[in-house]
Amino acid sequence: MATAVKQRSDVILDYIRPRKKFPSVWCAGCGNGIVMSALIRAIEKAGYSKDGIAMLSGIGCSSRMPIYFDVSALHTTHGRALGFATGVKFARPELKVIVITGDGDALAIGGNHFIHACRRNIDITAILLNNYIYGMTGGQGSPTTPSEAFSTTTPYGNVEKHFEPCDLAAAAGATFVGRTTVYHAPQMEKLLGDAMAHRGFSLVEVVSNCHTYFGRLNRQGDAVSMINHFKEQSVPVAKSRKMSPEELEGKIVTGKLHEVDKTEFCDEYQRVVDAVQGRN
Amino acid sequence: MPDKKRVLMQGNHACVAGAIYAGMRFYAGYPITPSTEVAEGCARRLPEIGGRFIQMEDEIGSIAAVIGASVAGLKSMTATSGPGYSLMVENIGYAYMTETPCVIINVQRGGPSTGLPTKVSQSDTMQARWGTHGDYTAIAVAPSSVAETVTETIRAFNLSERFRTPVTLLLDEVIGHMREIITLPEPGECEVVERVKPTCPPEQFIPFEMTESLVNPMPAYGEGYRNVITGLTHDTMGFTTNKPVEIAPKLDKLRNKIMRHVDEITRLRTEFIDDAEILFISYGSVARAAFQAAKIAREAGAKVGAIQLQSIWPFPDKELMELCARCRKVIVGELNMGQVAIEVERVLPRDTEVHTLLRYDGEILTPMQLLEKLDEVL
Amino acid sequence: MGALLEKIKIPHDRFEMRLSGSGGQGMILAAVIMGEAIGIGGKKNVVQSQSYGPEARGGASKSDVVVSPNEIFYPKAMRLDLLLAMTQESLDSYYPDLKEDGVLIVDDVLVTDFPTDKYYGLPFTRLAREEAGHVMVANVIALAAIAELTGIVDREALTNAVLNRAPRGTADKNKKAIEIGFREAARLKEKKG
Ligand SMILES: Cc1ncc(C[n+]2csc(CCOP(=O)(O)OP(=O)(O)O)c2C)c(N)n1
Ligand code: SF4
Repeated sequence: MATAVKQRSDVILDYIRPRKKFPSVWCAGCGNGIVMSALIRAIEKAGYSKDGIAMLSGIGCSSRMPIYFDVSALHTTHGRALGFATGVKFARPELKVIVITGDGDALAIGGNHFIHACRRNIDITAILLNNYIYGMTGGQGSPTTPSEAFSTTTPYGNVEKHFEPCDLAAAAGATFVGRTTVYHAPQMEKLLGDAMAHRGFSLVEVVSNCHTYFGRLNRQGDAVSMINHFKEQSVPVAKSRKMSPEELEGKIVTGKLHEVDKTEFCDEYQRVVDAVQGRN
Repeated sequence: MPDKKRVLMQGNHACVAGAIYAGMRFYAGYPITPSTEVAEGCARRLPEIGGRFIQMEDEIGSIAAVIGASVAGLKSMTATSGPGYSLMVENIGYAYMTETPCVIINVQRGGPSTGLPTKVSQSDTMQARWGTHGDYTAIAVAPSSVAETVTETIRAFNLSERFRTPVTLLLDEVIGHMREIITLPEPGECEVVERVKPTCPPEQFIPFEMTESLVNPMPAYGEGYRNVITGLTHDTMGFTTNKPVEIAPKLDKLRNKIMRHVDEITRLRTEFIDDAEILFISYGSVARAAFQAAKIAREAGAKVGAIQLQSIWPFPDKELMELCARCRKVIVGELNMGQVAIEVERVLPRDTEVHTLLRYDGEILTPMQLLEKLDEVL
Repeated sequence: MGALLEKIKIPHDRFEMRLSGSGGQGMILAAVIMGEAIGIGGKKNVVQSQSYGPEARGGASKSDVVVSPNEIFYPKAMRLDLLLAMTQESLDSYYPDLKEDGVLIVDDVLVTDFPTDKYYGLPFTRLAREEAGHVMVANVIALAAIAELTGIVDREALTNAVLNRAPRGTADKNKKAIEIGFREAARLKEKKG
């Protein structure tokens, strides 16, 4: 057991940017760190070379992640990471392109880029850290803030409806969609691995804890109690199929939710290039 | 067959020809009049040469993809017009901060807002300088003919690579849409600047090192350097910083890497200026009217010349001062409410009279209007 | 008016023509062809520009070609040396821009109301339909007539430029159109003496 733990942390260190000064900007106990270590393990397991990865993000707490990774990192503007990532991937299709984004980043300011990246089915893996709130700017409401939930901009409870990122992505054309939570670290690792192996646009939504804002404003306690709460709320996708909508109310369905096979954008464009150049 | 090279080409298509000549292999854009022919030309031409074209969901995504492609190693550009440029400015600022080369073509139309989609204007001149927030130094060039559009597009790419900075090519509707007989440059005829890549081992690479030239080598993603690029203010390693001792030097770098080379960037064309007592100062399509007016006035015996600003930013303070040293009066003609006139007033000595002829009704200034103004101030 | 304006002369090293009609009559394509014929075949400097946007979609459509052996500074027309008007509306709109001794060429079937009696009239559209086999080539007949009447470009250069732009399968109709244009214009010239 002890040796196993040691090996694990070695793996982690191997993927951490050597000259970056720690500690990270994240609050102690923030779910972002759990996602980062699961992603490292998934990358390591898949054997992708660090040189072959480009990791991009927008702006937000979650979006700081690529800065700590020892890969080519592009920390872009708020909401636009998928636009930048489209350029990186299209210019160098041989790169494995991963986008780290938050619920506000992906679905509010970046909503347009999000649905169009899904629609194009460009080979990018987007990891959406859904903490139901704007963490970086101090706890304002986001497009995933549940109705009636509190945030600094919904002090009397949220009157809006929320987005379901996975439904949105599948409807917009993403060809791999999965959901997990920061409680389910092994499942997350597997899901991230499958998503990266998938050719086409893949989305993994990770329900994460912002105890600093969402937890405090909604009386959900500290990081541990929030993460425990995710455990209690979660239902594996296979089981959920046998449940009624009433039973699924308030549940987090986890696992691979959607996978289809469709032609990928860069491949299709290359086909056109070959045809135009008379190579076909 | 030297005749082969003579073509009747539209200004917008000249951007495409110039860009491809300069090595542009990535275009992302969103259709907008009067720039759309640039996108259409790229959509057709780029696959032929193994390049890439993508129509993005909006201009924000377009410039994002362009910057992404540039960090992935391709020379890249986008083309738009006023409303689209307005949407792009945040990410153009990202390119300034991250020192990412790219070229943005703005085929100007009338504004503000949706304004005049099909009518000529030069009212984004200041936007090209101050469009995005924060302190930075911008480069903008402004051709006034189809032939110049080819060469200035090439130069825009060269400056962009040379100084690792976004460059705006300011066209206007007249230049973008008119066709002229031009001769396309042969390969090797025009200089093409290639991006300087690092040669040191990755562990020794300092991406934003304060070197003598202030312009650092730039690796492409996938080449083993694994560097971090962020729009947050960063130190020489590219890591975010809040330290005053690191913040100011970074901003100085963004300015000085360009301002130390204004001479290299500045380009002016002059006609009939020997012994001229009055000078027209203009750029873009208006420069054509000004040259014409000066020619007509000379034939009528007036000592009049004309200066065209082929590069507008950084503003050619020194050159203008020298060129105007012996004249008493200048007339600045432009298609806006005086965006360059302000700069001319700033630069020229107090005893030089600066007159303006400004048009912002969607039409180009005519030689006759310039001559009438000349007659008035003579 | 000051002293300078009294002394100035319109530049004499430019030839400015405007091809006008209604949207869909191919005036812009005609101007591009004329520009290529003169600029590539004839080796002169050429600037071609057009009305753009909603204006170009139906209604009066115009396209200008400025020609000079010297560098062309001002790219737009200042005082027209030649106006081709394929419709009444375009004639009414642009006739005031024609200089006093400028050449006016009209489709004299579609135009009925003439501001002057100094003009060349040919039934371009009817000739295209009845003799060349398609109304689409009325613009090419007009180009050939302009070439014959002004000598601005020779027949070979014009033919090359037309065929270079002609859609596939239309070469014969276009050659026919060129022939008709030169023939009819020559006849007209002769008649006028
Ligand atoms: C154009 C722009 N608008 C607003 C902001 C301020 N801002 C920074 S992060 C953020 C919200 C981030 O929330 P989310 O994407 O959910 O990420 P989290 O911090 O919760 O991980 C906002 C509004 C910005 N940086 N840029
Ligand atoms: S504010 Fe919330 S999201 Fe941001 S680091 Fe802290 S816990 Fe995480």
